Amino acid sequence: MIVEIGHYALILACLLSFIQGTFPLYGALNNRGRLMALSSPAAYGQLFFVTIAFASLMYAFVVSDFSVANVARNSHTLKPMLYKVSAVWGNHEGSILFWALILALYGAMVAFFGRNLPKTLHVRVLAIQALVGLGFYLFLLLTSNPFERVYPFPMEGNGLNPLLQDPGLAFHPPLLYMGYVGLSVTFSFAVGALIEGRVDAAWARWVRPWTLLAWCFLTAGITLGSWWAYYELGWGGWWFWDPVENASFMPWLVATALLHSAIVVEKRDTLKSWTILLAIIAFSFSLLGTFIVRSGVLTSVHAFATDPERGVFILMFLFIVIGGSLLLFALRADKLTPGGLFAPISRESMLVINNLLLSVAALVVLFGTLYPLLRDALTGDKITVGPPFFNIAFGLLMIPLILVMGLGPSTNWKRADLKGLSSRLSFVFAASVVVALALFYITSGNDIMAAVWLGLGIWLLFSTIFEWAERIKLFKAGSLKRMGRQPRASVGMTLGHLGLALAVIGMAGTSYWNTEYQGIMSHGDTVSISGYDLTLKDTDGIIGPNYSAVRATFDVSKDGISLAPLSPEARVYLTPPMPTTEAAILSTLRGDLFVVIGEANSEEYDKWAVRLYYKPLQLWLWLGVAVMVLGGLISLSDRRFRMGSPKGARKA
Amino acid sequence: MASNVNTRASKRKKKRLYLVLTSMSIVVLAVGLVLTALEDSISLFLDPSELVERNIPEGQHIRLGGLVVEDSFKKDQDGLTYYFDVTDGAETVSVTYKGSLPDLFREGQGVVLEGETSNSGLFHATEVLAKHDENYMPKEVMDSLKKRGVYREVEEESI
Repeated sequence: MIVEIGHYALILACLLSFIQGTFPLYGALNNRGRLMALSSPAAYGQLFFVTIAFASLMYAFVVSDFSVANVARNSHTLKPMLYKVSAVWGNHEGSILFWALILALYGAMVAFFGRNLPKTLHVRVLAIQALVGLGFYLFLLLTSNPFERVYPFPMEGNGLNPLLQDPGLAFHPPLLYMGYVGLSVTFSFAVGALIEGRVDAAWARWVRPWTLLAWCFLTAGITLGSWWAYYELGWGGWWFWDPVENASFMPWLVATALLHSAIVVEKRDTLKSWTILLAIIAFSFSLLGTFIVRSGVLTSVHAFATDPERGVFILMFLFIVIGGSLLLFALRADKLTPGGLFAPISRESMLVINNLLLSVAALVVLFGTLYPLLRDALTGDKITVGPPFFNIAFGLLMIPLILVMGLGPSTNWKRADLKGLSSRLSFVFAASVVVALALFYITSGNDIMAAVWLGLGIWLLFSTIFEWAERIKLFKAGSLKRMGRQPRASVGMTLGHLGLALAVIGMAGTSYWNTEYQGIMSHGDTVSISGYDLTLKDTDGIIGPNYSAVRATFDVSKDGISLAPLSPEARVYLTPPMPTTEAAILSTLRGDLFVVIGEANSEEYDKWAVRLYYKPLQLWLWLGVAVMVLGGLISLSDRRFRMGSPKGARKA
Repeated sequence: MASNVNTRASKRKKKRLYLVLTSMSIVVLAVGLVLTALEDSISLFLDPSELVERNIPEGQHIRLGGLVVEDSFKKDQDGLTYYFDVTDGAETVSVTYKGSLPDLFREGQGVVLEGETSNSGLFHATEVLAKHDENYMPKEVMDSLKKRGVYREVEEESI
């Protein structure tokens, strides 16, 4: 019964989205107040009904109602409750419903926080949001109904891929989707503004917080996925240039560019059509990401669904959304009046370079991701584009980007003095080169790229701190007071750049200086790696809720001092039957010690395949990203962006 | 007044010129990078029959996909070097691999290997890919098996 209510609520939400996407739009064109007044209530109603739909699906998973096909395919009674819940969005139908839920949530947020937007813009933004939602509802109802029943129904479900049974992965999709779908708001604002024919500083102030919010979620979501791969997949890698990773990374790159170009629109009233275009592209990448993950056109760890009917629907949907918005852009972009001028050396130019590099980088990733499809279609050859391609092509584009990132914040708007800039920062630059070379020498490195990346990270770190110190006039009277008075947006910028600096240093460390050991160990054997001594102490058979496992215990010591023991596990899940490894990791600021044991059922007595990795500075990568997200959140709390008050504070 | 407008317009044109030049140079840089980087990092996906047919030169990096032949799996003395055969039903290729096998490696199951052929005809895998979807069959391998007519529908569990 509850499942049918969910299905019915989904149909109602679909109808409401149609109403919200059409009548008010017509009303805005002909200035009919009554039609326009429909839009906010429809947005709230849509959220209400899609929440009911989602909750009833979740209920079906929680009580393990296997008469629902989706539950039978993806759940199991023995599964811990957290994974019963996360299984709701861990499958194709549920994840699309989740998309629709978040889309409606953002729609309702725009309806609520946008009450003092110009009426017609508000209505148009909500209409576009609803039309995107309509596409998703139709997709659900026509091709992937999550509420479909089966008869006769099975007594037990199939279970969820054990690799996905992990707290990290339970929260990874929701964060990522909040990010993906958050870009829909920016998209709706862009298309709304194109219909309206007006883009100004107030518009940019409106768009920035939404972009920032989406960006924070995307950053956190991507990193959570990467972190999951790091500790769960058991070979210590954190980024594989897998199509699905790329699918989330491309919108991130464009959203980052958008974040910066919106600043230029807000402060200098220029780069308007470019910003609109970026907003369209960013959301297009979100949709493309969904398409890549959900259609299974590209093989990957994450390909849950392979179904041509769905593929065609998504393709058509993509075509309408992307094609339609780009067409509108082509027709209306010239209506946007060009804004202020700027010199070749200026903050604007720096941000333009940032934008160009980020967009081109996104295109390079897109090319690498889609090239196998292209090649297959043209020649029939099945190929894969390996990580070296991305590392070279993408990596080298990041070098100028980081160099410019160090300069940008110290550059004046409109026209900057090149001499002054270089005299102020040449010392910082020299210092970072010296430190990088010194570290390179100490670690007796052999790859010059290690020094380059480390140097870039340090340059970004130093130049960001230098700019901040200059801004608050550090070590001069009143610097503490000035520090406290910094607008939160600039604190956010400083933290964002600082975080990236830490992350780059971490990436350099873990990519170029890692060491590994693979071998067979018996009880009592000791192996040394990067200053740590590990002794295989014990192996135990253990039984988990839905798996059995071997747990090895390693005594760990460094320079003769005993540390806490590490206990990696080799598990075999029951449903579906599948072995996985659980790594044990000792994380410190200097580096991560990573231990994996393989082969739970080794045929030989007391011979254990053991892999040890030492990953220097790995923790810096995760900390750096955390600092970036923190920066984003602080920036989001800036008064100027308070979502309800785009036109200055209202009297309380 | 008129001259003022003119300089503004010409400034705007100049700005546009700078923009175009910068973007062009970045795009050229990117295209250059893409082409050079692509050269070395494409690997062709082949099944055992194609590997035999195509006369792939020794040392060329490829991906090989197929089923691991039952009872072909052997372990070397050192415990870390493995030997096994990979088949698509028509042709079979012997493989050697040193390293750790992914969790899902099993005889009779689909596998994708990265590596190169040697003069002895043995395929030296440098990586065994743990790619799998919920049916535990890499898509390329499934396609290849379908093509060779040896693919049996995986018996659907009664849902």
